[in-house]
Amino acid sequence: MHSINYLHEGPATVAFREPVAAPEIELLRQVQPQQQADTILGLEGISLSFGGVVALHDIDLTVRSGEIRAIIGPNGAGKSSLINIISGVYRPDRGQVRIGANRFARVPTQKLAHLGIARTFQNLALFKGLSVIDNVISGRAYKVRSTFLAQVLGLGLSRREELDARERAGQILDFLDLTHVSDRLAGTLPYGLQKRVELARAMVAEPAILLLDEPMAGMTAPEKAEMSEFIRAANRQYGTTIILVEHDIGVVMGLSDHIAVLDYGRKIADGTPEEIRADQGVIDAYLGVAPENIDGGGI
Amino acid sequence: MTAIASEFSSSHRIPGWLPPVLLLGVAYLIVPFIGTSYLFEAILLPFLALSLAGVGLNILTGYAGQVSLGSAAFLAVGAFAAYNFNLRVEGLPLIGSIILAGLAAAAIGIVFGLPSLRLKGFYLAVSTLAAQFFVQWALTKFSWFSNDSASGVIDAPALSIAGIAFNGAVGRYLFSLTVVTLLTFLAYRLVSSQSGRNFIAVRDNETAARIIGVPVLKTKLLAFAISSFIIGVAGVLWAFAYLRTVEPAGFNLDRSFQILFIIIIGGLASIRGAFFGAALLVILPLALSRLGSFLLGDVFNSGVLDMSQRIVLGALIILFLILEPDGLVSLWDRIRKRSAAVFGRM
Repeated sequence: MHSINYLHEGPATVAFREPVAAPEIELLRQVQPQQQADTILGLEGISLSFGGVVALHDIDLTVRSGEIRAIIGPNGAGKSSLINIISGVYRPDRGQVRIGANRFARVPTQKLAHLGIARTFQNLALFKGLSVIDNVISGRAYKVRSTFLAQVLGLGLSRREELDARERAGQILDFLDLTHVSDRLAGTLPYGLQKRVELARAMVAEPAILLLDEPMAGMTAPEKAEMSEFIRAANRQYGTTIILVEHDIGVVMGLSDHIAVLDYGRKIADGTPEEIRADQGVIDAYLGVAPENIDGGGI
Repeated sequence: MTAIASEFSSSHRIPGWLPPVLLLGVAYLIVPFIGTSYLFEAILLPFLALSLAGVGLNILTGYAGQVSLGSAAFLAVGAFAAYNFNLRVEGLPLIGSIILAGLAAAAIGIVFGLPSLRLKGFYLAVSTLAAQFFVQWALTKFSWFSNDSASGVIDAPALSIAGIAFNGAVGRYLFSLTVVTLLTFLAYRLVSSQSGRNFIAVRDNETAARIIGVPVLKTKLLAFAISSFIIGVAGVLWAFAYLRTVEPAGFNLDRSFQILFIIIIGGLASIRGAFFGAALLVILPLALSRLGSFLLGDVFNSGVLDMSQRIVLGALIILFLILEPDGLVSLWDRIRKRSAAVFGRM
């Protein structure tokens, strides 16, 4: 737990615009002395069912630190369930989630941010009544130590926390090109921008792992391209490990280091984009069924 | 076009602190000298107490999204607690009684806020009714609370702080004004702090709030505690500065609804909204009664007045919910923006 905190505070010390320096990457590896040296997150034998419906069956997955890891599959394949298990929204029937050196039967949602994990949601989960900048600042909530009285009276610690959160939120807004809307109410923004604000709120926590649940759902093609760029930039500049659930195979192929394919709650393939593209099982189960759907449109 | 107008108004914008400071200047320096006793007793004193109660409820319901129908219970706790602290603790200054009364209301608020950890929306609202009925029952049942007065009525002590006596209608007005100003300022600071953002986060999306590390349970209970504290102090003003003699029956469900209507009509999640709503709810009955007796003469007796009040209020609430869900505050802002644009063109 402590080592993880240390780990995701690593990038914080790096200037925001600069790429993560090599020593930080080294650091990430040193704190993982287990057999799988650079595994930052692992799922071991995860099964989940709702009533009689099996959502996930015996899923194993390892995520290496610093990579972009995609999970794809048709609707109902269990992708979002997997994200919800990693973030503690669901409790798996069997199996464990390994985060750094910690193993959990159920990931404690309340401590998720402290474990170095931030996420976005498939359906927008912004705080509509807050401005964009306040939404992003709230992403630092897990860092707040000051009491409400100190905040009301504007005492030292609370003032420092507020300034720090505001500054970091400003940097992230700048990074994601959202500064021009920072004072707008989040609920009044167009859909694509709201998705980006959600990414900003997750990034401002400086997570070691970023879970993105269909970050491009419902976007136009240019918006998707833009979002891909932001995701790639977040990965490169901050060294954030990214786990991404997505429909759009085209986008995923270009973006990811490794891809896992789910079908009916089972993992049917796992490998690099090239391997996935060549995998007969995937072609049969997913790509081959309806060629006109390769762009993800009808799936 | 609109961009030009907004640019124009922003370059000439009045700083945010100016209107409240001007308003306070008028309230402190002009109103005490020109106001009639009717203005203080019938309008300003209830307005101030209800505004403060509205500010309190707005923190809980408007900001933190926890619906409560128990506001009158916390008014009562505040009033009766202050009365008893003042009566039974030797040498405790009035200000001490008021703070302790607020804390007592906050403690009761936390207890009745516990169901909010499991219940939401409509179900929570129903569970807060428990506070409403329990407090009223306890205050009536145990005559100790009203110092064994046969009727359950308590008489307020004289208001004085640090040797300064606040006598007469003007004195009680200044006393209320000071308390309301102070607490409103603190409430404003609160809602623009991290705790205030946490309130809105829990209201708008509880799961997302939990995932980003907002302590959801603590935040809900904090909202109940702070809201009840403020409403409790409002209860002290209601009892000590406005009515002077109160009984538990005065803090019934109607009063709870009145405060809820204040924040709905004034504007949820807005500190100003509580004042707008309270002004409307205090003035409306007076205006109706004047208008009614002017138009209808003797036919417009108190029974008709009471009924017409309810009808008009009910209609107003439906109208606001449909046409202006953000309340008088957003109406006011729209008018101001439009007039700024008009002046900008001239």
